[in-house]
Amino acid sequence: MTAMHELTLSGMRDGLRDGSFTARELTAHLLARIEAAQPRLNAFITITADAALAAADAADARIKDGNARPLEGLPIAHKDIFCTDGVRTTCGSRMLEQFVPPYDATAVALLADAGAIVLGKTNMDEFAMGSSNETSFFGDVHNPWREGLSPGGSSGGSAAAVSARLVGAATGTDTGGSIRQPAALCGITGLKPTYGRVSRFGMIAFASSLDQAGTLTRTAEDAALLLGAMSGLDPRDSTSVDAPVDDYVAALDAPLEGLRIGIVQEFMGEGLDADYAVAVRAATAEFEARGATLVDVSLGNIGLSVPTYYVVAPAECSSNLSRFDGIRFGHRADNPVDLEDLYRRSRGEGFGAEVKRRIMTGTYVLSAGYYDAYYLQAQKVRRLISADFARAFEQVDLVVGPTTPTPAFGLGEKTDDPITMYLNDIYTIGANLAGLPAMSVPCGFVNGLPAGLQLVAPAFGEGRMLAAAHQYQQATDWHLQAPEGWS
Amino acid sequence: MSIGSDDIEKLAVLARLSFEGDELGDITDKLAAIVAFVDQLGEADTASVTPMAHPLDQVQRLRADAADADIDRARLQACSEATEDGLYLVPRVIE
Repeated sequence: MTAMHELTLSGMRDGLRDGSFTARELTAHLLARIEAAQPRLNAFITITADAALAAADAADARIKDGNARPLEGLPIAHKDIFCTDGVRTTCGSRMLEQFVPPYDATAVALLADAGAIVLGKTNMDEFAMGSSNETSFFGDVHNPWREGLSPGGSSGGSAAAVSARLVGAATGTDTGGSIRQPAALCGITGLKPTYGRVSRFGMIAFASSLDQAGTLTRTAEDAALLLGAMSGLDPRDSTSVDAPVDDYVAALDAPLEGLRIGIVQEFMGEGLDADYAVAVRAATAEFEARGATLVDVSLGNIGLSVPTYYVVAPAECSSNLSRFDGIRFGHRADNPVDLEDLYRRSRGEGFGAEVKRRIMTGTYVLSAGYYDAYYLQAQKVRRLISADFARAFEQVDLVVGPTTPTPAFGLGEKTDDPITMYLNDIYTIGANLAGLPAMSVPCGFVNGLPAGLQLVAPAFGEGRMLAAAHQYQQATDWHLQAPEGWS
Repeated sequence: MSIGSDDIEKLAVLARLSFEGDELGDITDKLAAIVAFVDQLGEADTASVTPMAHPLDQVQRLRADAADADIDRARLQACSEATEDGLYLVPRVIE
């Protein structure tokens, strides 16, 4: 019999329903794995064992009574950016080291209402600002595929936890690639929905016009299962979109025949690891072999996506993070001499170096004299990039390419050079700027490390994108590979 | 343009941040590098382009101005390190 942790989320659901194991057995088994993995991977900031076991008993009772909800008893973890009522929520920062929210994020509440069981809160780059999980106040996360390498970021703890089979699935957030990049580096499936598809209420804000909650799972099928439960209009988030939520699971069987897939030429050239390119080409060939049509497409302004992002995101972050003033919640400096001193030292002590860098960058590009040259210009280039995607989608149904330029890199390798670190998100940022749904699926290995294929769809095209990924995963087994020692 | 320590101090005041010891040199060097990197945006021809503030060009949705939250003050203020009689405490502002 397959070990419980080896099952996908859908497999766990089937096992619970047919009585192969109970929710308590599954939860206790995974909690033991989490405890054992913690010294090696550091994937969790908080483990909620008691609450999880109590929820598992309640789930078992519901299953026994025939009242199981769609995700009844399924073990997940939340990125520690989502507020959880009564459970510490740190956002990876000293600033919120002791913060216990008095309410749940909408995404958290929806998944709980659907029956999911939360095993803990996962490690992350501080305030989701990072691509390696090294900016966390709570220490580096290690990549299960090779300890000493980064799992990517900012949802690095979620990606490592799913990859190491510690949970069935995890939530994440993606502002410039923070779900897709760690998913690629850890060999799992990561989905960022259309901007506004999932409520941002209770999700600690970084860059409000880019942030979007999504899923880290083993398979596209599992992503469909979770996304359906998380999505929908939320009156508490004025940017959440009033559009019907498709039945993503039912849409998975759509065939690849007739699907037009655009290969982004700008993503396949200079900067992309040669072996990674081979893996991506093999993946697109698989789509073609199964009936899709391949077309070369160009996103002419995509080369400016990283500098655009590093104006827009810091500008929004400098505004959003002004709420952390040391007074109503968060870290408060000792013995302030006056109010100004309280603000500056609380923030100076509470925020780490990368967060402070981004607040300073945002303050600079928004300040008088520089606003037009940087912020306004970035908003204009953002429209050019969005228009490039719109033109591509006149020709094709999906665009694809690599998720990252290279497989996982070493912890400490890029920490002293922010620009090099920023360029790791060169293929993922465009979808955030244009608000489009995008996902990463495992597509092979480079030097023994996972590579990811990125798919991007038109707004609210999650169903079609998930179906394409699912069909690809029916034909390949990259997504089933487990890191050595974690299977 | 170059960024010097005077610029950093001015920005730090605006951003309500403090930098101690080695942090000051580090932020000066790295902010200069970041600004030099984003300077390439100036090369794009955007003369007739409308700025894009929202990815889906949606209009802000409004709701009725009615209170609907039921979080009590004591729970909210439990998040703060200094409160008294339902008020947040701050250093003296007016002498």
